[in-house]
Amino acid sequence: MRAPLSWIREFTPVDAPVDEIVGALNQLGLEVEGVEEPGREIAGVVVADVLQVLPHPNADKLSLVDINDGTRETRVVCGAPNVVAGMHVPFAPAGATLPGGFTLERRKIRGETSDGMLCSAKELGLGEDHSGILGLDASTVPGTDVREVLGLDDVVFDIAVTPNRPDAMCIVGVARELAAHFGVPLSVPGAEPARDAAYASDISVTIESPDRCPRYLGWSARVAMGPSPAWMQQRLVKAGMRPISNVVDVTNYVLLERNQPLHAFDLGRLPGRGVIVRLAKAKESITTLDGVARSLTNEDLLICDAKSKPQAIAGIMGGSDSEVDETTTEILLEAAYFERMGIARSSKRLKLRSEASARFERGIDPDAVASHAARAMALLVEVAGAGVDSTPIDEHVAPFTRPHISLRTSKVNRLLGTELTDTDVLAALSPLGIDVEGSGDAIVATPPSFRPDLEREVDLVEEVARRVGFASIGRTVPKPQDQIGGLTGAQQERRVAADALVGAGFFEAVTLPLVGPSDLERFGAPTDRVIAVANPLRAEDSALRTQILPGLLRAVATNQARGLADVSLFEIGRVFLAAKKGLLPDEKLHLAGVVAGSIHRSPIEGDRPADVYDAVDAVRVLLDALEIADHALVPGSPPGMHPTRAAMVRVGGTEVGSVGQMSARVCESLGVTGSTVAFELDLGALLDAPRRDRAFVTPSPYPPATIDLAFVVAVVVPAASIESTLRAASGEMLEDVHCFDEFTSDALGDGRRSLAFRLRYRAADRTLKDAEVAALRQVGIDAVIKTHGAELRA
Amino acid sequence: MNLAEAQSALDAGLLEARSAVETATLIDDLEEASRQFLGKRSPASAANEAIKGLSAEERPAAGQAVGAYRAAVTELIDARRGVLQGVAEAAGAEGERLDLTLGGHGRMRGHLHLITQIQRELEDIFVGLGYRVAEGPEVEDDWHNFEALNIPPAHPARSMQDTIYVQLGNEEQVLLRTHTSPVQIRTMETHEPPIYVVAPGRTYRNETLDARHSPVFHQIECLAVDRNLTMADLFGTIEAFVRQLFNNDSVRTRFRSDFFPYTEPSAELAVSCVFCHGNGCRVCSHTGWIELGGCGMVDPNVFVAVGYDPEEWQGFAFGFGLERLAMIRYGIDEIRTFVENDVRFLARY
Ligand SMILES: [Zn+2]
Repeated sequence: MRAPLSWIREFTPVDAPVDEIVGALNQLGLEVEGVEEPGREIAGVVVADVLQVLPHPNADKLSLVDINDGTRETRVVCGAPNVVAGMHVPFAPAGATLPGGFTLERRKIRGETSDGMLCSAKELGLGEDHSGILGLDASTVPGTDVREVLGLDDVVFDIAVTPNRPDAMCIVGVARELAAHFGVPLSVPGAEPARDAAYASDISVTIESPDRCPRYLGWSARVAMGPSPAWMQQRLVKAGMRPISNVVDVTNYVLLERNQPLHAFDLGRLPGRGVIVRLAKAKESITTLDGVARSLTNEDLLICDAKSKPQAIAGIMGGSDSEVDETTTEILLEAAYFERMGIARSSKRLKLRSEASARFERGIDPDAVASHAARAMALLVEVAGAGVDSTPIDEHVAPFTRPHISLRTSKVNRLLGTELTDTDVLAALSPLGIDVEGSGDAIVATPPSFRPDLEREVDLVEEVARRVGFASIGRTVPKPQDQIGGLTGAQQERRVAADALVGAGFFEAVTLPLVGPSDLERFGAPTDRVIAVANPLRAEDSALRTQILPGLLRAVATNQARGLADVSLFEIGRVFLAAKKGLLPDEKLHLAGVVAGSIHRSPIEGDRPADVYDAVDAVRVLLDALEIADHALVPGSPPGMHPTRAAMVRVGGTEVGSVGQMSARVCESLGVTGSTVAFELDLGALLDAPRRDRAFVTPSPYPPATIDLAFVVAVVVPAASIESTLRAASGEMLEDVHCFDEFTSDALGDGRRSLAFRLRYRAADRTLKDAEVAALRQVGIDAVIKTHGAELRA
Repeated sequence: MNLAEAQSALDAGLLEARSAVETATLIDDLEEASRQFLGKRSPASAANEAIKGLSAEERPAAGQAVGAYRAAVTELIDARRGVLQGVAEAAGAEGERLDLTLGGHGRMRGHLHLITQIQRELEDIFVGLGYRVAEGPEVEDDWHNFEALNIPPAHPARSMQDTIYVQLGNEEQVLLRTHTSPVQIRTMETHEPPIYVVAPGRTYRNETLDARHSPVFHQIECLAVDRNLTMADLFGTIEAFVRQLFNNDSVRTRFRSDFFPYTEPSAELAVSCVFCHGNGCRVCSHTGWIELGGCGMVDPNVFVAVGYDPEEWQGFAFGFGLERLAMIRYGIDEIRTFVENDVRFLARY
């Protein structure tokens, strides 16, 4: 909210420097987001009296205006149509400056000399009105600085009020906080409007939903519509509101000053001369002041006329049918207290927020409804010549009771870590309007009705903390007594996994877990357990990812679009699958990686396109870093990958993910170009898998025997299967086996290939004899031939 | 030949050998010297023959003299060989020149994401203070994200956060967590106090990605619950943490009253600008202070929600955004940078 200092000072004589006031507000939790001095840039602009207006000889739309600025008579050229003799106007002579740093000069306009200019409201930074010259009050004295006259010698604080402090959403509330802080008095005079004894009310107020509307005060008045006076308009503008008419301006003025939303109905347009407060019926609708037709539910509260036709959405916005305008002669002023949650729910559902609803949903002062209405009526008498009904109709169910809260000085100190005395505690609370009595651990505090946030002891502790200031609270560092800090095993191993991939050349990415369902579909990710976003802003963000790779590939595409074709990325993050039972989804921790483009080796070696073995390497690095005991790649066709260039990763007999070349179709749909290989693993499953035995084995000091074996087998037989067969057949003498050569040829025949393996045998306790090696060799050959239908190549 | 004569012959041989070795210019010369001074016709060989005629008392001394001779000559030859090999290598190296500035084979390490680096750094600071790292689901129910945190339905605080809801359960029952605070609830629901934990993680807001908004970001949250924790403990812990975070004992903290439904009293946490030392600069919007996050004493309603007795236990919590911290530290001006994954950004940190 915007709070002009001049307005605040109407209630408390705060005379601290502006920066001290800002510091105080900030400390008190009324965060100052900006400080404006509207007249700061205006200099030399004074009140002038218009002596006569003559036509400009050379221009139809211009006139020559002779003025007296208090010290001299001079002439300006003016284009505004509203200037007449006798009017008092703001005059900016040559040498004066206006907002924006604009300095005036004497100059000729169509052959006539203009000694400066007359100013519109907009030119002085007062709102948007640029239709004519700003007319000043006739009582102003020519020569007076307009900043004084227009209240521009002011400071406006832009304050962010937290939702728990409805009381601080008004000028009086801010003044109260400052008065308490600076130890100066606060004085909020009551108001008693003169009433027209001959004008007795015939209006009616009926509350059909007292739980939603505990209090409704209706008060009628005869009014003379017109603009509000300059002082009121100036304050509204400085507080960020647009002046509309005297009646509407008064309702806004009291809203800003006292935090009481008010609504003025045109009584002439209120059939039956009364209101009924009731819940809307299903499918009922109303057109609000902003011209929007709104359909309602039976949870919305309506203000209806006496014939039960909706005239306003209670506490949120008035309807257009009974809006006051220049033809209005009699009004019904509404001052009410609506139940907070009801307003909040309706406002949220209708997506309609107003100054009024923001205040009602936070909670206004139920006890002050009548006095605030009286303040408004007194202002209407002043600015709209109101004839005030002698008897307002004030309907309320029961008097509001203020809570009595037990407060212990010991609890204050125990929570804040302070050593405050009873006196300190009481002195902190009472300037806030909180009634306190008792002492020690038997203080009873009764908060004022404008502080709905004060309900419990701890709320009062906070008030004490605010008032004594956080700077007066000590600084100590507690240490846990019964625990040692640290990461869990899984948390440590996640770091290990990430570090291993970083060591292998991968860059860690963070992608959005929100994806488009079409991405998942194209990718062939499982869709039966996809979780949809209920309120997505874009289709691209309308589902939760079930795999990381689609998002990671989009990150590759982003890089490629920026001319960065060759990237290796990985991400560790959650994926989401609808749970088979229970409300919340299965969140699995996945790890995905992608290598795209070329592997750079030039000029030392040649570059080459990324191939599937780059992805396999990454998976192997990861499995090694995590010391996974039992793992294997098993040929398979994981969705989204090349049908014959991919494999499933199996750990301890369970599939934990896949690795392979991305399908060209998927890459194209995601905007990825070039050779792209990838993997995605269930990291949670990996972390749960059995680990390698860490018991020490003495490396044998005896010499090895190394032999090579080449087999011809069907291409679909994986090399790893033959290796497994060789291992199983050879037993513990086989120290190492790996495939070192692969080829196909016409001679081998279609669908067949040659695979050559190098086997290294070694015994723990002796040098192997030639005959032993020969026997081991034969066992291996026999097993491979038998198991895989292989032939031994000579 | 007696012992003295043998010793004398060896001494003479060593002198000759030194002269021959030091004047050698080719490796082959050294091979010749080796034959001449250590071979079958060398002084060592002659001395060995002579030893056979010596008395048993003299033999050990003679044997030692021969050994010393052999070691000295071998050392001379080896030293000279090293010199001559170096000369030969230098002569041949010109034809083997490689330009090391061409680069390497291109196998380089990657980088952790900046947010992960910061998250680890923060976790490690808290671990040093004795805390454990707690985690919870990213898809949460209304109870853990709002209700248990003292944010009932239609509470104004809910409109402070644009929530992403998902189509599970009843309308607006399941959501992507809007903060890491539900981890507080889950930790307290499953553990008896005392509790000292820190909860980092991804959080979500219903915003479209642009320079200033991101639907995904990261927070870290600290929760301590014990019998007599005070606001002084909260402020002291934050100050210790901040000094460690900025590795700077002169960085100051500022606390201002604020409002969060789950803490009471609540405060906003700001630190003195580490760039301008509080004098005002672009990073701190010329205020000298950088707002970092929020903090406060755990609201009794939160304790009641998890079944703790608020008369017995007191606690504090504070939290802030990791992206914001990174943006402040490194002058990153667009939040979307963190999820675009441009490798130039990833490689920079
Ligand atoms: Zn700064």
